[in-house]
Amino acid sequence: MLVFCETKDGKIRKPSLEALSEGRRLADAAGKSLGALFVGADLAGAEEAAQYGADAIIKVEAPSLAAYSSDGYAQAIADAVQAKGATVLLAAATSAGRDVAPRAAARLGAGYAADVTGLAMVDGRLEATRPVYAGKAVSVNRFESAVQVATTRPNVFVAAPCPKAGAVESLPAPAGGFLAVVKEILAKGGGAVDISEADVIVAGGRGLKDGANFAILQELADALGGVVGASRAAVDAGWGLPHSIQVGQTGKVVSPTLYIACGISGAIQHVAGMSGSKVIVAINKDPEAPIFKLATYGIVGDLFEVVPELTKAAKALKQ
Amino acid sequence: MKILVALKQVPDTETKIRIGADGKSLDGSDVKWITSPYDEYALEEALRLKESAGAEVTAASVGGEKAKDVLRNALALGADTAVLVKAEDAGDPLAVARILAAFAKERGFELVLLGNKGFGGDNASVGPMLAELLGWAQANVVTKLELSAGAFRAERESDAGTEVVEGTLPAVVTAQRGLNEPRYANLKGIMAAKKKTIEEVEAAAGAPALVTASLALPPARPEGRKLEGDAAAQAAALVSLLRDEAKVL
Ligand SMILES: Cc1cc2nc3c(=O)[nH]c(=O)nc-3n(C[C@H](O)[C@H](O)[C@H](O)COP(=O)(O)OP(=O)(O)OC[C@H]3O[C@@H](n4cnc5c(N)ncnc54)[C@H](O)[C@@H]3O)c2cc1C
Repeated sequence: MLVFCETKDGKIRKPSLEALSEGRRLADAAGKSLGALFVGADLAGAEEAAQYGADAIIKVEAPSLAAYSSDGYAQAIADAVQAKGATVLLAAATSAGRDVAPRAAARLGAGYAADVTGLAMVDGRLEATRPVYAGKAVSVNRFESAVQVATTRPNVFVAAPCPKAGAVESLPAPAGGFLAVVKEILAKGGGAVDISEADVIVAGGRGLKDGANFAILQELADALGGVVGASRAAVDAGWGLPHSIQVGQTGKVVSPTLYIACGISGAIQHVAGMSGSKVIVAINKDPEAPIFKLATYGIVGDLFEVVPELTKAAKALKQ
Repeated sequence: MKILVALKQVPDTETKIRIGADGKSLDGSDVKWITSPYDEYALEEALRLKESAGAEVTAASVGGEKAKDVLRNALALGADTAVLVKAEDAGDPLAVARILAAFAKERGFELVLLGNKGFGGDNASVGPMLAELLGWAQANVVTKLELSAGAFRAERESDAGTEVVEGTLPAVVTAQRGLNEPRYANLKGIMAAKKKTIEEVEAAAGAPALVTASLALPPARPEGRKLEGDAAAQAAALVSLLRDEAKVL
């Protein structure tokens, strides 16, 4: 079993650690060994994989892999799967994971289950559970192919330390001459933490009335150690909010522990992105707003009064 | 330039989902079917390339008879040719990618445009799989696309921010919201589309790599609780519940 892992600033990204931990659990269930696969030009930090269950750390390291290339990375990953005789390949459903995993799967003639929220080994084969139709149904998929590929939704699987040997091994890199390569990164992502990885999200909708008012959500998010998200109506309103913080069917799918929806009605396209949240709080002045059907805790009230009070209460708790 | 736009017919998001009698498919009887919204950006981009630089746009859909609605709409919007690749989509993206790859190879396209994911299935995988099967470059979740002789430059959305991808043609590009503003069909286009024929080709049905074992409604969320009092009381109650009951603080 192999897990494709991404690093950032010399550390393994959290969604990759989650995939790795899930891989460990599945490998144990199937009596297989687990390899953490790294691809790039500088793989400092890869050794950390041993703490999260990797029996082996497999590196494909070459200057030609400095810039991300879908076809180059897919080739490196597929080559590693074949070299190691792996039958299961996991990756986190990050933007890179969703870009490269299906391409690697096609290269391997493997079935691919995207953005899964549950995995199991049944009769030695992978079974994948994933929400479909905007979260209105759940599909369980089985593989007919020899190699089985899946990406795990960030924040759903728990990254649990589980020290293993983590013997380091290198594999040769693809020759280069890739078809498409990332040349630069223009605008940086929303905040320090991407909302799809965040544990706490304070999201605002059209009820915020103006982009400047998002400052009160930011204060609450800061008090709770979370990040700010938004509905599409808020992003589209021209309030200067980046699309990268939009939650929903045409935005990001998030799975935080706590989701606080402020001035968001709860349209199905928004719900599609956040219905996987563990605890949902809705603050809305309309008692009939559909978001209340989903909310663990509902506050019928004016967000401009409730949110600052919540920030106060949260700060008091932390002290 | 020959451009293929792959369009998928999907249930409208507002559709109430019912599970079919087999326990693994959607009960399609009351479903309102639409073109997957991301595919609309792909089609719009193809039409703009046709208008700005000259191109021949083929719209194709892998599906059954009813997918012709999607193709008819594409013709009304300005696609030159529409092809129904006849196959029942059983939810295996690799099978769909293989069918599209065989079709694309036969017709000699230089660019394939499609939505970054199909609404509902949300697999986001037919594009990258198709690129691999064709041995082409790919750029996914694209918000800006520029073509030059034998090459492309695309801006794509990623966790890191907006990435610039440069590659060679032929290529597969998947569209994201922001790429353009899709047009609406006008009466003239709709009337003209009625006169055009939709070509039908048979797809070679291969063995699926992924099968659906079951499709079910999600477990209902437990009944929520509304908090009482003024803003300060509600806030205090919420914070205690989050700490003591939900144990998330
Ligand atoms: C193809 C398609 C894709 C879409 N994708 C997405 C998506 O990804 N994400 C998304 O979010 N939407 C998406 N939408 C849009 C979606 O249908 C809704 O229009 C949108 O979610 C509404 O946003 P909202 O809840 O912020 O605004 P509204 O529906 O206008 O709701 C505002 C809410 O704020 C409340 N409110 C107002 N003032 C206050 C106050 N002072 N205090 C408390 N409450 C207050 C109101 O009671 C109301 O419930 C999509 C739509 C389509 C057609």
